[in-house]
Amino acid sequence: MSVLASFRDSTRAKSILERIRARRTGPVSVMEFCGGHTVAIFRSGIRSVMPEQVRMLSGPGCPVCVTSNADLDRAAALAKLPGVILTTYGDMLKVPGSHESLAQVKAQGYPVEVVYSTLDALKLAERHPDRQVVFFGIGFETTAPAAAAAVLQAQAKALKNFSICSVMKLTIPGAKALLSMGEVRVDGVIGPGHVSSIIGAQAWDFLPNDYGIPVAISGFEPLDILAATDAILRMIEEKKPALVNAYSRIVKPEGNRKAWNTVQRVFTLHDASWRGFGDIPASGLALREEFAAFDADRRFAIDIDPAEEHPACRCGEVLRGVVTPPECTVFGTVCTPEHPLGPCMVSSEGSCAAYYHYQRQAT
Amino acid sequence: MKEKQILLAHGSGGSMMHALIRDLFLPAFDNPYLRKGNDQALFDTPSGRIAFTTDTYTVQPVIFPGGTIGELAVHGTINDLAVGGARPLGLSVGMILEEGLDMDLLEMIVQRMKQASEEAGVPIVTGDTKVVERGSCDKIFINTSGVGIVPEGVDIDGANARPGDAVIISGSIGDHGVAVMSERRGLQFSTPVVSDTQPLHKLVKRMLSVTKDIHVMRDPTRGGVATTLNEIAGQSRVGIEIEEERLPISDAVMGACDLLGFDPLYLANEGKLIAILPEALADDVLAAMHGLPEGRGACRVGHVIADKPGIVRMKTGIGGTRIINVLSGEILPRIC
Repeated sequence: MSVLASFRDSTRAKSILERIRARRTGPVSVMEFCGGHTVAIFRSGIRSVMPEQVRMLSGPGCPVCVTSNADLDRAAALAKLPGVILTTYGDMLKVPGSHESLAQVKAQGYPVEVVYSTLDALKLAERHPDRQVVFFGIGFETTAPAAAAAVLQAQAKALKNFSICSVMKLTIPGAKALLSMGEVRVDGVIGPGHVSSIIGAQAWDFLPNDYGIPVAISGFEPLDILAATDAILRMIEEKKPALVNAYSRIVKPEGNRKAWNTVQRVFTLHDASWRGFGDIPASGLALREEFAAFDADRRFAIDIDPAEEHPACRCGEVLRGVVTPPECTVFGTVCTPEHPLGPCMVSSEGSCAAYYHYQRQAT
Repeated sequence: MKEKQILLAHGSGGSMMHALIRDLFLPAFDNPYLRKGNDQALFDTPSGRIAFTTDTYTVQPVIFPGGTIGELAVHGTINDLAVGGARPLGLSVGMILEEGLDMDLLEMIVQRMKQASEEAGVPIVTGDTKVVERGSCDKIFINTSGVGIVPEGVDIDGANARPGDAVIISGSIGDHGVAVMSERRGLQFSTPVVSDTQPLHKLVKRMLSVTKDIHVMRDPTRGGVATTLNEIAGQSRVGIEIEEERLPISDAVMGACDLLGFDPLYLANEGKLIAILPEALADDVLAAMHGLPEGRGACRVGHVIADKPGIVRMKTGIGGTRIINVLSGEILPRIC
């Protein structure tokens, strides 16, 4: 059996599922914060095998989805500046802003390039010294180290044509904002795997300590998620909320200090605007004064109109776990992956996309 | 050829174009139909129905692990005929060349087409060449069309799937998509994935020798197995259920997909077919398929149901259920 297949093994899955079904927890809601988990759960059909008493909820962990329309509009405006090449991750292209998506901006002839990492954007800047390469940087703690490294490299190479428009966000302030709002009942949390590999498993111990909510850090294979869910249900059953690292092959308690120190060296915290949440204090990463030369927001003066939301789009509530995608009246009818009204329908980690692709009429 | 690169004059209709045809295309594709030098090829037709198909190839890069745009253009059109149950008679080749195209590259691609055509036993019977200004196309685009004869008694149609039918795939899926994608992104995997480009008409002939009662056949190219199964479910107004554990996916393709965030069900294949046929015939057809290299990996992956018409569902490895949707948007542009 290959390594991958061993994490998808049906015999082991069945034995964990038997344990899950035997847990006496009563009705509980378990939320995954990470969009990667949302997709993995849908792809492997985990929701369809969970006992009725275990309700699985998706949280705000899709970085594309929580990007506000104001930030999307800013990216579109940057792409239209003369001499600028806007670079970003492929997932951002189809996301509708107030009036248009970056894919539509690109179709109008403005240079919008898809890159796989910030470092690719840096290479593009080196290849085009006569152009200004702007990286529209979205993401959580996972992508921030590469962005920070790119800024340091750009500084070392004294590049004058590379900058970042940072809309990167931190997961923990987002999680705290969601729990503090008290709109949804969360009895247990599947903790993000990749984010935790950077910030460390310990970063999540506020969940049991401050909120009394058990958390299990999970990998992304079906067996990882089942094992983490079982650990959460066990803690609920035993009424002993704690932090469990069920992804210890990747995640260390302290995380990747070197990567995180690099992030802290380049970025500082600021109040960031999240779709569905509004401004969350100290939840975003902005370039430090020392690196102002690489800050697109300081380098380019742009003027954008106030952002507008589509009145029918309920992505904000979906991100807070208040409604599920099928509860949105435009889901799958007016709003589809081909004609999205909001980001959750087009991001590869979006809840609406996961429902649309994997769950409609499955049962 | 004297010139090292394609010039606009190579498509002008004048002497340079005739030299290109005389010195490169005719010797490579040589056969009695071409030798006649007419504006069309004439076939004596045996009894049966005529199958006719066309496809245009724009794959980028033009050389990828396991193949080039040349054999892809030959195999792809042969396969579109074959999965209709047709015996291919001949192909046309229309080439659009970019001014400045490297002559060595063109010769290499033409040689690959010659080889593919000879190995398949399907002649290239007519052709056309155009040259466009630099920047108006990317190196080379190739259109191939093909005609074939469907024998009496064969009725393969996307609308013919019936509840109870078995769903068969002729071998591992996702290889072509991963091969092209990894080449385009400069990725190298420890186990290289090569394109599965190959002709399927001999495999189809073998299958039809077991039974003519094959209901549906398709080659899951762009959009992959997922999109093809959805097309069939829609055309036949039936449900299709497949099992994740039965899907033939190599470890290398699985690993690459995990790394890149792709689903092998949506990746293109260029030498695989999906067949839907009565369950009672499935074992015999599979046994016959296993006798040919292109069918060695053939297996049953699911079945057709009456419930949920138009919907394709998959039983996942852990025992869950999810739907398999059509491809939305583009995973990869220009992979064939």
